[in-house]
Amino acid sequence: MSETARKENFNQYAGNGILDVDAIRAQFPILQEKVHGNDLVYLDNGASSQKPLAVTEALSRYYASQHANVHRGVHELSDRATEAYENARKIAQKFVNARHAEEIIFVRGTTEGLNLVAESYGRDKLQPGDEILVSEMEHHSNIVPWQLIAERTGSVVKMIPMDDAGEILFDEYQQLVSEKTRIVAVTYVANSLGTVNPIREMTSLAHEVGAVTVIDAAQAAPHVALDVARLDCDFLALSGHKMYGPTGIGILYGKRELLSKMPPYQGGGEMIRQVTFEGSTYADIPHRFEAGTPNIADAVGFGAACEFMWETGIDTIARHEQSLLDYIHERANQMDDVRMYGTAKLKAGVFAFTLNGIHAHDIGTILDRQGVAIRVGHHCAMPVMRHFNIAATARASFAVYNTHAEIDRMFDALDDARELFGV
Amino acid sequence: MMDDLKALYQEVIIDHSRNPRNFGQLESANCHAEGVNPLCGDELTLQCLVDDDEVIKDVRFVGQGCAISLASASIMTEMLKNLSKAEAEALFEKFRSRVTGLTHTEPADIGKLEVLSGVREFPTRVKCATLPWHTALAAINGSDEKVTTE
Ligand SMILES: Cc1ncc(COP(=O)(O)O)c(C=O)c1O
Repeated sequence: MSETARKENFNQYAGNGILDVDAIRAQFPILQEKVHGNDLVYLDNGASSQKPLAVTEALSRYYASQHANVHRGVHELSDRATEAYENARKIAQKFVNARHAEEIIFVRGTTEGLNLVAESYGRDKLQPGDEILVSEMEHHSNIVPWQLIAERTGSVVKMIPMDDAGEILFDEYQQLVSEKTRIVAVTYVANSLGTVNPIREMTSLAHEVGAVTVIDAAQAAPHVALDVARLDCDFLALSGHKMYGPTGIGILYGKRELLSKMPPYQGGGEMIRQVTFEGSTYADIPHRFEAGTPNIADAVGFGAACEFMWETGIDTIARHEQSLLDYIHERANQMDDVRMYGTAKLKAGVFAFTLNGIHAHDIGTILDRQGVAIRVGHHCAMPVMRHFNIAATARASFAVYNTHAEIDRMFDALDDARELFGV
Repeated sequence: MMDDLKALYQEVIIDHSRNPRNFGQLESANCHAEGVNPLCGDELTLQCLVDDDEVIKDVRFVGQGCAISLASASIMTEMLKNLSKAEAEALFEKFRSRVTGLTHTEPADIGKLEVLSGVREFPTRVKCATLPWHTALAAINGSDEKVTTE
């Protein structure tokens, strides 16, 4: 990728706002919790972020004054619920900068979004010998659905390799893309490494051969201003719970031209036009892909999470997190026994490492006793572990409420680990 | 630093995890099993030589893992030698009750395994301590299934 392309990728989330971290922290009651007698330092945001009052209050407001089933009642509450739900869809549309609201499908999360594309688009379009390109740094949820559909359609999953910094080898990608390529599935931000991938460039190359791109934005959503119009990607999935929203809700964005031609994913209520025993016809998008009573309340909560991010300023959030990342890199670089994984030029939100002489699992336990929550293990990215020939890393991942002092606390706890292990 | 951490990561544990005993291949083995902890990627392979009277004559292991699982495997291999299958199973039951804190009776004598009893205060780590045992018993019982903590 060219340097200007990199810059452009970066500029979209490098804002200039100043963040009042104390004011932000006051909106997250859980941050006052004590863990093993210590103040909580929550650095496991990549797994799931905590929720601001704006989100939990939106949930209880919805249940207290708006709830009924959607799209099927003739009564006032059903109207209110439908309006709240469809309003959340419009917020989500704006959040990813989609052209049309019906391009937003509410799903359980990234995993369901990716499976939906594999099942519906993949099953319809893939022929024996067709190729699905999947990057080496994908979360298992952007690998396994493609393997499943490849098995059933006779198509082939091929890996787009990365280098030791955790950056996609663009030349290799260029060589892999061919007339056989139907789908390119790639993560926007890698959960195990923090790499921000050149989605726009990868998409435009895929489009040259008529392939579609499926973007996993689970880790990008909390850190990067999403813009599907600019990226020109064909599908993009994300999870609400990683971006300050409730669990159990996420969105799949798909281009209208594609979604409207795709067969249903699940069958049931809401997704039909007419049902007879001779056969059924299906509703238009997005409802065709939302069989059954949807997760109305959490969709509303998801909308509140988007609004929380706008109010805080996505650029401001990104800039704050970038300064945390710079700080953690700077401190880690001074430690001979720390090995970092993920040293791409563009990174967001994630610091993964190992410590000589202490297994990641033990680090996790020792940090936890000091109140510091990180994740240890393979991070659902076993091919990444294999690339580096390791079984596990420790990972600190950031949200807007984290502070430099919390990073110091993490490093203090690492000193305790060294002391215990005598290294 | 907190006492329960010191109780968990005693010097003996750290020593066993760094210099595991009975580590390597057992050429004479007549049974083996693999154990994995999919959560953290730990894996170990255990090989045993069990004689006609179901007595464990020798046992060795290879693998990688956290300090708790390596130390547990190392200490276990020291203790299993010359135990009958039934004795090994009984010892594991005592050890398991100790590390899960489930026992209501007098603490049983678990010998050297005592050093691992600090695991009791760390429920998420109990599986690390018990995986080698599950794997060993699977090997002795001739099970081909991979043992997993999940
Ligand atoms: C990059 C990435 N993709 C996909 C997922 C799966 O998200 P979910 O479990 O919310 O469906 C995750 C979450 O761990 C992730 O980090």
